[in-house]
Amino acid sequence: MAKKELDILLKATKICKSFGNFVANQNIDISIAKGQIHALLGENGAGKSTLVKIFYGVLQPDSGSIEINNQKISITSPNIARKNGIGMVFQHFSLFPALTVAENILIALDNKIKFKKVVDEISKLSKEWKLFVDPLKLVSELSVGEKQRVEIIRCLMQNPSLLIMDEPTSVLTPQEIKNLFKILKKLASSGCSILYISHKLEEIIELADEVTILKSGKSIASIDAKKTTTNFLAETMVGKKITELKKAIRSKSKKIAFEVKNLDKLKDHEFGISLRNINLQVNYGEILGVAGIAGNGQVELMEILSGEINSKDNDQILLEKIPIGKTNINERRKLGIETIPEERTFHATVPNLTLSENTFLTYFFKYSNTKSWITNLLNNPQNSLDESKKIVKNNDVRCPETNPLASQLSGGNLQKFILGRSLANNPKVAIFSQPTWGVDIGAATAIRQKLLDLSQSGKAVILISQDLEEIFELSDKICVINEGVLSEIFDVRDITATDVGLLMGGKNRKNQKMDPIK
Amino acid sequence: MITFIPRDKVSKNWIIIAPILSIVFTIFFGLLIFTFLGYNPLETLYQIFVSPFSRIDRISDILVKACPLIIIGTGLMLCFKSNVWNIGAEGQFIMGALLAGFIALSFPNIETKFFLLITILAGFVGGALWAFIPAILKTKLNVNEILVSLMLVYVAMLFIDFIVRGPLRDPMSFGFPLSKPYPEGALINKIPFPGIGFLGQLHYGILFVFLLVPFSWIFVNKTLSGFKINVLGSAPQAAKFAGFKQNSITITVLLLSGGLAGVAGVIEVSANIGQLQPEVSFGYGFTAIIVAFLGRLSPIGILFAGIIIATVKLGADNAQMTMGIPKVVTGLFEGILLFFLLTGETLQKYKIKWSEGKK
Repeated sequence: MAKKELDILLKATKICKSFGNFVANQNIDISIAKGQIHALLGENGAGKSTLVKIFYGVLQPDSGSIEINNQKISITSPNIARKNGIGMVFQHFSLFPALTVAENILIALDNKIKFKKVVDEISKLSKEWKLFVDPLKLVSELSVGEKQRVEIIRCLMQNPSLLIMDEPTSVLTPQEIKNLFKILKKLASSGCSILYISHKLEEIIELADEVTILKSGKSIASIDAKKTTTNFLAETMVGKKITELKKAIRSKSKKIAFEVKNLDKLKDHEFGISLRNINLQVNYGEILGVAGIAGNGQVELMEILSGEINSKDNDQILLEKIPIGKTNINERRKLGIETIPEERTFHATVPNLTLSENTFLTYFFKYSNTKSWITNLLNNPQNSLDESKKIVKNNDVRCPETNPLASQLSGGNLQKFILGRSLANNPKVAIFSQPTWGVDIGAATAIRQKLLDLSQSGKAVILISQDLEEIFELSDKICVINEGVLSEIFDVRDITATDVGLLMGGKNRKNQKMDPIK
Repeated sequence: MITFIPRDKVSKNWIIIAPILSIVFTIFFGLLIFTFLGYNPLETLYQIFVSPFSRIDRISDILVKACPLIIIGTGLMLCFKSNVWNIGAEGQFIMGALLAGFIALSFPNIETKFFLLITILAGFVGGALWAFIPAILKTKLNVNEILVSLMLVYVAMLFIDFIVRGPLRDPMSFGFPLSKPYPEGALINKIPFPGIGFLGQLHYGILFVFLLVPFSWIFVNKTLSGFKINVLGSAPQAAKFAGFKQNSITITVLLLSGGLAGVAGVIEVSANIGQLQPEVSFGYGFTAIIVAFLGRLSPIGILFAGIIIATVKLGADNAQMTMGIPKVVTGLFEGILLFFLLTGETLQKYKIKWSEGKK
């Protein structure tokens, strides 16, 4: 697409950046027109975040040049980026929970203004752009959507000519997303350019004017977003045809596999979430999807379902009607309950240990309890070498060497390994949290297929995920977690994405019976 | 601004070259400093690095000096590997020696050497009990173990001072703060070599080191407990996921390291002093922290690190005695050596990048 020289706000040529031997950006060219919504699309690890961090001055490019309004500049710090009219909203918010909205904005401003004036300014901006937040509210009391609005206001205070947004919708409900898009479109029509980073194709088609696709650190195409399809974008992004999932044909069993009854758990630190009156059940041969925005109690729920923490009463968690609330995680593994926490490194695996050692991590009890005391005494990771090789082979885990450190694997391959390790235990009940989070499309498809196969072979699966598409694609039944409260369970045919979105935003909490716990 | 970037792979050659380079740099700066201060630089370096090896009895003195460092360092390794920061080995050393001394002095006429097994056990218990205080405070009340274990060092120092001036003072000591001499059964003898006699102060306590190093290697690398310690130190969440109990690991490593420090205390007193006195340790508990890290928290590494540190300490003593170099100067030199050794090790793992920092 040809653009007049005059209209171009930011032009980057041949940007290169490597970290050690890893090339994150390689000769990337991109130009953003004034008032344009420009999307940056690519899989995880394609180099999107690196590129925008270079624009915002957080990272310095190894080579290449950046021009703003046809003037070559070097952006050596975020300060300089802001002075040149570049603002950025990060994926992970950088707000102090103990301060108010206005205080948070005040400390981020480069020029010092009086507190009262900041409050007025915020009220004015929030009215003008329909970014409703109360400037005097504490940030810890805000919802995720509101926090994002604070970040946007903070950028708008500097009158930016380019607003960079890094995966802004990954934490929002469908309703909040709609609202955000309205604001972004209005901003663009007022002349502010927007660089919008995402890997969600529908969003890009709906929102963007132009898309630049990154793949393994290179810019491979710039496309007019109004004249393309999601399929075309997906195939260009991945570089190959995407295999479709084989939907399971299930024999519906009515046998209850796993149940949680009236489970309460007070939060154990200030920014944790208390679980309130959780009830769920899953049958054999079924996938139960637990939707919800990250940080609404999924981590806490997972801890208690896995057995890392015990429930208060033994009969709050039942396996085939047998109470197991007081059993620990290894006893549950022996009973056939396998869990995968959402953090792949440092929780599901230890990054500086090899794959066989990481297999030993959840397998060690299989090699003890033999009759020979010396074997019991010398139970060490050597024992799990064969098992880990089997896991690698059966799950198509691509390794740089035979028994690499966990940190040497890419996110997708590590997750395939973790999943394979769980499946090798032949579980009756599988509880997986965010299994495809941050994983490339190829690996994500493979992992989803494994979950479908698992339920088809008659196992019970609980899938905790913030990816709504994934939830709808895989689940037979759906429930939603919001601020530690679980909604009732719906059949997937009786509920729409809009309903789920409303539940994710906490809409049903008023009509649900809630007993405050002491 | 300087940033450290992890290297993709630690080169095998550098594992050997780095320590050699560190020593070369140390010698260079040592030469500069000694010349500047007006001491004969070559003779000083000779005293520090060569004289400890110049006679066979001096070599055995290195082993004697390294013995408590290696024993304590091995215990501390277990703590540091699991991210438990026991800084109070000095106190555990003293309390081990004190409890063993109390047992030894309670049986003034005992002669059989089997009694040593009891005093060594008492030393282990004494040190372990002293380490149990930070262990229980950390696991039950979440009190920082660094603070508690360090403060207990001073309590232990004052306590042994009180004991040898009061309850256990020898009435025949002419007012000196000393206990009665240990009975024969509580003394560790020097090793006689046929045809040569004794080699310096080399005593049977060194055998304990030769047992400890292989056992601790097996414990760390070949047992489930060693694996648990490693996982807890690298990723506490993963330890939870594996069902390892954090508190029991924390208590175990503190008891083991306290116990080993206590045993080192018994060996030091029984072999080299033979009675209790206000000062039984000469900073072994603190120096062993350096030994543990210099040995990269591995049993074999700690064996070598203990010997290196002991050599330099003895060499510094020699330089003080023969050349009259003040202790602060040799201390400075020891500091330079440690600085370069640790720098060398860091640079094996990390690259340095200079970048323009914010002003």
